[in-house]
Amino acid sequence: MPSLQQTITLVDASSKLLAISPVFYQLFRRSIAIILFLALWEIAPRLGLVEAAFLPPLSEVLLTGWKLILNGQLFTHLQASLSRSLIGFGVAVLFAIPLGLAIGWYKNFADTINPLLEMLRNTAALALLPVFILFLGIGEASKIALIIYACSWPILLNTITGVRNVDPLLIKSARTMGLSPVRLFQKVILPAAVPTIFVGVRLAGAFSVLVLVAAEMVGAKAGLGYLIIYSQYNFQIPEMFLGIITITLVGLTINYLLVTLERHFTAWKVVHTE
Amino acid sequence: MAHAGTLEINNLHKQYTVNGEPLTVLENVSLSIAPGEFVSIVGSSGCGKSTLLKLVIGLEDDYRGEILLDGNKIVGTSLQRGIVFQEHRLFPWLTVEQNINVGLLNNTELTEAEKFRSVKEHIKLVGLEGFENAYPYQLSGGMSQRVAIARALVNRPEVLLLDEPFGALDAFTRSYLQQELQRIWQEEGITMIIVTHDVEEAVYLGDRVVVMEPKPGRIKRVLDVDLPRPRDRNSYQFSAIRDRVYKEFSNAPHGGADLKVSGIATESITNWKLSW
Repeated sequence: MPSLQQTITLVDASSKLLAISPVFYQLFRRSIAIILFLALWEIAPRLGLVEAAFLPPLSEVLLTGWKLILNGQLFTHLQASLSRSLIGFGVAVLFAIPLGLAIGWYKNFADTINPLLEMLRNTAALALLPVFILFLGIGEASKIALIIYACSWPILLNTITGVRNVDPLLIKSARTMGLSPVRLFQKVILPAAVPTIFVGVRLAGAFSVLVLVAAEMVGAKAGLGYLIIYSQYNFQIPEMFLGIITITLVGLTINYLLVTLERHFTAWKVVHTE
Repeated sequence: MAHAGTLEINNLHKQYTVNGEPLTVLENVSLSIAPGEFVSIVGSSGCGKSTLLKLVIGLEDDYRGEILLDGNKIVGTSLQRGIVFQEHRLFPWLTVEQNINVGLLNNTELTEAEKFRSVKEHIKLVGLEGFENAYPYQLSGGMSQRVAIARALVNRPEVLLLDEPFGALDAFTRSYLQQELQRIWQEEGITMIIVTHDVEEAVYLGDRVVVMEPKPGRIKRVLDVDLPRPRDRNSYQFSAIRDRVYKEFSNAPHGGADLKVSGIATESITNWKLSW
């Protein structure tokens, strides 16, 4: 039987462990699934559970990645993809937010244009890729146009919803303070709609990367989508996986940046803690 | 010091159309309010008391009769008439200071420096120093309502309308804010009209208590409250007046709450939503 002294030391030690653990525990809980997934990726091909030629171990993919970084190829592809995504996304933001604000603000305009919007938003963006190529050729223009198209919908629809759903009590309250329609829009409608608009902007950020891959699979000479499809044709499987990983990282980064921006713009909202 | 307004309401009629049928919400309401007077309006739900305020603030102009402020017919909303609603209706993306400042956006008479000073003064008036940079979600219900009062007062209106301003607050906060409101009224010296269903609140605050009755909404009786301020809620005279007001309710011919009518009032707000 352990002595009392020993028991106390034990309890003390475990409570100390618990005291430092909350941060550690959180980190562990949040990363364990990813770590296990990556470990499985490394081990499964090595044990012969899957064909290593089709799914090379993670370390091999990363090693290939390092080579592509050193010879500058990865940068070339990344740059090509990012510029397409960002231009498409940027144009969509600049075009869809003002349009959405106008549609949401003018009720008659909204009622007239809504059926058309309903129809168009149900047309899959990728289904239109051949149309864009037909009109804009196989070069950059069709690719960027496709990204603009895909990114515009979530922004446009969320902006309209944001403007239409501003709390009528706030509008009424602003009217009692004699705010003119322009001031009302600027001081009440717009800030009240910002959180909803941002939902659309974040969705568009994700779409800009998703659609990119498909766009680059046709007639591109560089880009991450091109890297993936080209490597697959040439059976350079590690390169293919590297392309997939890089696209995932680009998507994550864009989302992270947009979330940060969103926090900045909606700092007034109630902070929800766990 | 703000100029206190004289409010004259003459033969006011107001109808809503419900399912194609006209429904009279206010019938022949006449009321004359002296400058600097504090008038309480009490009545059960559906007696049209909130509709009356809505007409005086100028959110609706489809009525018969006259509403005169200092002898001039009121048109639309105006900085001369401020209002505090039951919900504070603060803009959640603005701080306390910025929210109060919104009240001054349309004020062309004051310079920026004067506006800044006025905001500071009104934060002090409602006792919220130190909370200038807090966001609405960080405030309690009572504090939010103080901000709403400051925002309504910052333009130095001639008349302040209060539509059940403390209805959503707990009993302690409510009685404290009633005292505060009385102090503010005495400091500002402006005309105030409070609509409430709380008889004690009406007697505590009002120089006169206007009792309204529903179906159709009209004034039943106007009782004077000639007690010195601050009033003692437990005094004999206070209780006597309170009981007299209660009696007006108990022998009301129609009596009781009429939820249907208050539903109509809400609907009219929604209709209004996109009609600017």
